Amino acid sequence: MAVEKSLAAINARIKSGKVVVLTAEEVIPLVQEKGVREVAAQVDVVTTGTFGTMCSSGAYFNFGHTRPRMKMSKVWMNNVQAYAGLAAVDAFLGAAEVPDNDPLNSIHPGEFRYGGGHVIHDLVARRPVHLRALAYGTDCYPRREINTVIAIDDLNEAVLFNPRNASQNYNVAVNLSDRTIYTYMGVLKPHLGNANYSTSGQLSPLLKDPYFRTIGLGTRIFLGGGSGYVIWQGTQHCPQSIALAEGEELISGGTLAVIGDLKQMCPEWLLGASFLGYGASLTVGLGLPIPILNEEIMYWASRSDADIYAPVIDYGLAYPAGNPEPLGYVSYAQLKSGTIELEGREIPAAPLSSYPRARQIAAILKDWIQQGGFLLSEPVALLPSIGAAPSLKPLHEKKPEVNSPNGRGGQARG
Amino acid sequence: MSPKRIVLRFMAATADKPIIYQLIRDYDLLVNILKADINPRKEGMMVLEIQGEPEQYTRGLDYLRSLGITIQPLSQDVQRNETRCTHCGACINVCPSNALYLERPAMTVHFNEDQCVVCMMCVRACPYKAMEVCF
Repeated sequence: MAVEKSLAAINARIKSGKVVVLTAEEVIPLVQEKGVREVAAQVDVVTTGTFGTMCSSGAYFNFGHTRPRMKMSKVWMNNVQAYAGLAAVDAFLGAAEVPDNDPLNSIHPGEFRYGGGHVIHDLVARRPVHLRALAYGTDCYPRREINTVIAIDDLNEAVLFNPRNASQNYNVAVNLSDRTIYTYMGVLKPHLGNANYSTSGQLSPLLKDPYFRTIGLGTRIFLGGGSGYVIWQGTQHCPQSIALAEGEELISGGTLAVIGDLKQMCPEWLLGASFLGYGASLTVGLGLPIPILNEEIMYWASRSDADIYAPVIDYGLAYPAGNPEPLGYVSYAQLKSGTIELEGREIPAAPLSSYPRARQIAAILKDWIQQGGFLLSEPVALLPSIGAAPSLKPLHEKKPEVNSPNGRGGQARG
Repeated sequence: MSPKRIVLRFMAATADKPIIYQLIRDYDLLVNILKADINPRKEGMMVLEIQGEPEQYTRGLDYLRSLGITIQPLSQDVQRNETRCTHCGACINVCPSNALYLERPAMTVHFNEDQCVVCMMCVRACPYKAMEVCF
């Protein structure tokens, strides 16, 4: 008999305290020993986790109204600008934004010691944050300037809203050029001096349900130490499976857009990050529960580091030019061994996303579900599966027409 | 004697003394300069790794002190902030001496102070500023 379970039945088992939950790491040896069918019948939920730097993150806020009222049009939080082209006292702070007076890469490589991600961390850590705002003044919103201090609990809303998180898979970055480069994939030494990778492999959420059989709008997740939701596919969501030599396959391209109440998150799981020569960002802890509805879902959830492959990309020349043809493919088992083989050479490999923290997230989520405090949510709609999302379009540059608003504006000012 | 790592700090007046030459010639010490920040007529610092006969080492350090140079052991100055470290691994491949390494299969980051050559690359490369070097 094939195993078929409903989400409602799994939730009933969570409520009755009988649910069987394993982390994505724990389920691997069990399936290897007992087989997919037996474990699919036994296990209700597999938990995953990742703790990596995710630049496409941010938070929106409602600061509350001032007296007299003010329609904030420029907003800075701890000197980092937030986007305020919204209603009067709403603003969106991006994780990768840096202070106006940051030296950036003027002395290369820049340090980017503080940015939007750090502001989010400071807020969550219950530290006071300096708020400065400017406005042009209107009849209904006359005030033009404010300089004050805010704390997260004083705000009406503080919501983490990340347009692209939890990349399904990621490049292994190497450098074929003859100088050290400073990238979002860390410091890369010349002539294949090292290789950096950035997923949690066999614990990584979207590698454990690669066809998006269970993940959709409304899926409740672990986000930043609290609970959040998947609200859409992430930007650039385009999951694909590419057949490799030796019968292996490369699965990559899926992403998630997620949201959650920042006020109930923890500073431990939302960290400001500074990448030398690249910029500031936010490291996000994210974990996804996978309901084991059938054997196919169990099969994918039980795939190990040895089965999961990543492409090796040259960040010295090919990636910045926009022609990232893989130099080869390696498994996460090879990457985690600390050495990969490429072009007949042994190259030291190191991670950028924390495997110990990913393991911790999967364990916390497992605990929440076992304790009955975290029910699984039925998605309103599933996200586009492998092959179902439109392929990614590059930006084609076109000359603005003379009569277009941009063209005319340019001429008038010129 | 196993190599000892020390931090020297000197006043503007001693910055132009050929102390390395003296340490080698008069005290027969093997001197490796790990880091130096010296400018004429300004306060300076230097991180040295020194090897030699224990007696000569003591006399060499006495000579440095006689010039008004203050000496601290280096081990006190290089630290990993364990609450800040997330065990991500961004420091592993920038470390030239394998003082920072991953323990497998746990994949946790560890720091062996004895292997550290104070190049400061980890301090710059750590996204969470968990490597703290204060001289």
